[in-house]
Amino acid sequence: MTPEATKTIAIKATGLMKWFGQGEAKTTAVKDVNLETWFGELVYIVGPSGSGKTTLLSVLSGILKPDAGTVTVEGTDIWHLSNDKLADFRLNKIGFVFQDFHLFPRLTTAENVAIPLILRRKSWGEALVEAKKYLEIVGLASRAELPPVKLSGGEQQRVAIARAIVGQPDILILDEPTASLDGDTGHAIVKFVKDNILNEKRCILIVTHDSRITGLATRILKMEDGRLTGWEKGGDQ
Amino acid sequence: MRGILSLAYKLLVNDKAKFSALLVGITFAVFLMIAMTSLFAGVLNRASATVINLGASVWVMDPSVQTVANTIGMPDYVLDATRSIKGVDYAVPVYTGGALVKLTSGAYQAVNVVGLDDTSLFGRPKLIKGKIEDIYAENAFIVVKDTEFPKMGNPGVGVDFELNDHRGVIVGIANVASSGLFGVPTLYTTYERALQYIPNPRFTISYVLIAPKTPAAVAQIKKDVQAMGYLALTKDEFMDKISAFYMFQTGLGMNLLIMTIMSFVVGLSISGQTFYTFVLENLEKFGALKAIGAKSHELIGMILFQASFTALTGYGLGVGLCALVIYVAKLRMPDYAAVITWWNLGIAFVMVIIIAAVSSYVGVRKVLRVQPFDIFRG
Repeated sequence: MTPEATKTIAIKATGLMKWFGQGEAKTTAVKDVNLETWFGELVYIVGPSGSGKTTLLSVLSGILKPDAGTVTVEGTDIWHLSNDKLADFRLNKIGFVFQDFHLFPRLTTAENVAIPLILRRKSWGEALVEAKKYLEIVGLASRAELPPVKLSGGEQQRVAIARAIVGQPDILILDEPTASLDGDTGHAIVKFVKDNILNEKRCILIVTHDSRITGLATRILKMEDGRLTGWEKGGDQ
Repeated sequence: MRGILSLAYKLLVNDKAKFSALLVGITFAVFLMIAMTSLFAGVLNRASATVINLGASVWVMDPSVQTVANTIGMPDYVLDATRSIKGVDYAVPVYTGGALVKLTSGAYQAVNVVGLDDTSLFGRPKLIKGKIEDIYAENAFIVVKDTEFPKMGNPGVGVDFELNDHRGVIVGIANVASSGLFGVPTLYTTYERALQYIPNPRFTISYVLIAPKTPAAVAQIKKDVQAMGYLALTKDEFMDKISAFYMFQTGLGMNLLIMTIMSFVVGLSISGQTFYTFVLENLEKFGALKAIGAKSHELIGMILFQASFTALTGYGLGVGLCALVIYVAKLRMPDYAAVITWWNLGIAFVMVIIIAAVSSYVGVRKVLRVQPFDIFRG
């Protein structure tokens, strides 16, 4: 990948390998991946289904241990951290927006957003005040007391984004953010992320195979059969 | 951790259907467990009613005695010999036995007669009507006003009856701590009158009641009594012996034990299954929490809290429900022999903790196995 000397490296992966199964059933999901991402970037990882995008994202974010290679985030080799330190790393450095949102249907929208703060040992009172600020940022202040099931798909996506950024993570990871949304809503969500969440101190990684939103990226990494096969600058360059 | 437990609480309580099902399961199990064990405790308490009511601290009896009602007469020398034991403050005889009385209505009624030592009236009941010294009057009996009292025709002072063709007169009405097990009224009289009214074998002393000079003297008293070929037991030991008889030598204990175990199994099945379903339904959410940064011990804490909270709430409701049912049952059926003791509560508590532990174990295993990567993969 082409380094940008003036920017700070957010994630650096070297020689990443990840396989599943054994013997004849062994499938290599990530093959010798090397990459660097920088703060201030909105990076897309695109490729067909089964190309290893989600596996790569999981390895980069400290969720799935690679079988070979290293991942350093802001200079820390994350896969040499203990389980608890790794959990702390995810809690403090990474914000996740899952494909299916994974919001808690029995909690209010504000309580859902407050969860990362609760895990950081904040009181419910403080966490809810903070959560409501972030709901305001994503334009859902009026929905704070509703359960997520009362919200539309796009609104739920924004709640998931608010939950991901409420802890002010350095790295934001979105897995197929448009998969459950119609074209216009999907585009609007990613544009919202780019315009409101991305800044010089944050790096955003999006896994998608939705070509309609690639125009918003800083860089697009292409993946096929577990390998990074190339990259191109996104539409904003 | 408080915030995380609060999160666990919200996730549990806000799922009203599952939470209600869990509570119903545990409440029902606790109710059954306490109902069964309290019934047994009530039976055992009543089986020892004479021991409780007479209140002597040491009882001398024939070694073959199994329950207080199943007396074996002892010769008079046992009383004299007992009085001679070093460490005995005083010793008195007592007679207990069954009899049939003919009421003024002409009906016959079985009764339990307690003959108190003529000199000391040791073990006399607390009178609510009449004077204790009237027990020395001709044909005098004191009737106990317990749940069986109406079977005597609710007699007042002065009412007479027949006992083995002897005239008996009620001279007092008394209260006692515990009613008997066999559903018959109790009459108190003097030891000599009891022997006079009720046909007896050669040996007539049912028990010798001892007051030791000091608690430390009891051990020596027991040895000396044993040397005579008889058995001396403290009040608690005698009650334990009676309990052991009903528990192990009648079907009662085993049947109630089986019912209690069944209640436990039912409670464990309902709440274990419901809690397992609850965890399964929330498995993805626990995985999401793991991905976000929750540590394994925090997730374990959440599950343990949820299981414990449900178990303790169900326990409280079960105890309350059982107490209410026993209260109402006693209003309708004064003979209902159930009593909630600390033991009942303790046994049910331990069983509820086991239910919570097993339910949590199943949940914790599931949650620890879920991988955040599975959440990513959908």
